[in-house]
Amino acid sequence: MWTFFHKLASPPHFYDLAAKFIPWFAVIGAACVAYGTIAGLFFAPADYQQGDAFRIIYVHVPSAYLSMMAYMVMAISAAIGLIWRIKLSHAVAAAAAPLGAWFTFLALMTGSIWGRPMWGTWWEWGDPRLTSELLMLFLYFGYMALRAAIDDTAKADKASAVLALVGAVNIPIIHFSVEWWSSLHQGATLVREGGPAIQTGMLYPLLAMIFGFTFIFGALILGRVRTEVLFRERRSKWVRKLVLPEGDQA
Amino acid sequence: MSEKALNMPSLSSGFLSVVRRDVLLAWKRPGDVLNPLFFFAMVSTLFPLAVGPSSEQLAFSGPGVVWVAALLAALLSLNSLFMSDFEDGSLDQLILSPQPLPMTALAKALAHWLITGLPLVLVSPLVAITFQMPAQTISVMMVTLTFGTVSLSLLGSIGAALTVGLHRGTALLSLLILPLAMPILIFGARTVSLAAADDAVSAGVYFLAAYCMLTLTLAPFATAAALRISNE
Repeated sequence: MWTFFHKLASPPHFYDLAAKFIPWFAVIGAACVAYGTIAGLFFAPADYQQGDAFRIIYVHVPSAYLSMMAYMVMAISAAIGLIWRIKLSHAVAAAAAPLGAWFTFLALMTGSIWGRPMWGTWWEWGDPRLTSELLMLFLYFGYMALRAAIDDTAKADKASAVLALVGAVNIPIIHFSVEWWSSLHQGATLVREGGPAIQTGMLYPLLAMIFGFTFIFGALILGRVRTEVLFRERRSKWVRKLVLPEGDQA
Repeated sequence: MSEKALNMPSLSSGFLSVVRRDVLLAWKRPGDVLNPLFFFAMVSTLFPLAVGPSSEQLAFSGPGVVWVAALLAALLSLNSLFMSDFEDGSLDQLILSPQPLPMTALAKALAHWLITGLPLVLVSPLVAITFQMPAQTISVMMVTLTFGTVSLSLLGSIGAALTVGLHRGTALLSLLILPLAMPILIFGARTVSLAAADDAVSAGVYFLAAYCMLTLTLAPFATAAALRISNE
């Protein structure tokens, strides 16, 4: 088992392995999202209070969940890179940040579009989750800005890893302090005691969407890590062999 | 060889000498201390000019304004925390010295608070009075500002250590630290608002004190790690 991890940390090996996983992830993700979209938009019953407007949760909930998930991926791989000095995991952290920022943006945008008919406003400062999601976006921006500001890759990796970890400690505190502020957002529906408070006709498409989004995220991040690895290892032999034509590899 | 033979300063004397040195440097260059204070007063003046002089409105927005201004003033001074040491090379000496680096980072943060945070807390009643804040509220505000500025100095030292030696320092530092400082702002401003409305304030004060303890224990280690990375 340890040899598996050791091999995984080697860039050329990971480069090949990721290429094998990406199509699978993409196909599974696309299938789940296709089912979720069709079932969610056409077959799920309309909400008795919100009518058809609730259907935006099929994009909103998965992207909100992935915005947190991407930060976790980023912080954990940053920690692994910092502690065991595995360069590949820094590449994973670097690849996760822009994706996380996009999912955060998507969650904010869909939330705001949903808020317009429901709350009668595009933006509601009184809602804690909207605000903490916005702060999440700023955390991603800070992380990416720090990375962009440091020219030396190894240094940028380590400095941004420290920032990601400090952010990871702070995220729960930020979340709860914004929560304490006051609340308008509807309570958690999926994860709570006594099972989900949502009809199965609505639930299954949502679960499919969450599942599908996660796989698409997996495919995207593997693709990004592949390009990141290629760029970082651009001076190594195996990349030259891969990219340059025969006889031009001196 | 014993420590005495190497003539190595003890932990506490090393800590105190770093603090003394930074405070002395600030004393010799009073601009470093005064500029953030002027900035604090100026920002607080901007709000009544922008919003209008109605005393009711000012009393309502006062706690928020004072806190935002304090946050920005603290941020403004953070950039210089390690900058001059980095430029003249004494930061390398601090890192190389046998003193544990987290201790040195704590000393630097403490000195930064003594230079910028403490004067700000002391000046804040003057601003608060212009916002029609009653005496009771002012005392709560000073307590929350004390905890808040200590946390900010410690939290900010992480950001300052990460960005030391970079070109776009100040803007980048704000981008890194502001989202992290949000809990301090929320609890600080809300607690003062609650005090102004004659409501219970202990929960907010406890939270700020707890956050202060958290940064006090964890931030020096992060700062030390960041300093090592920035000065490789």
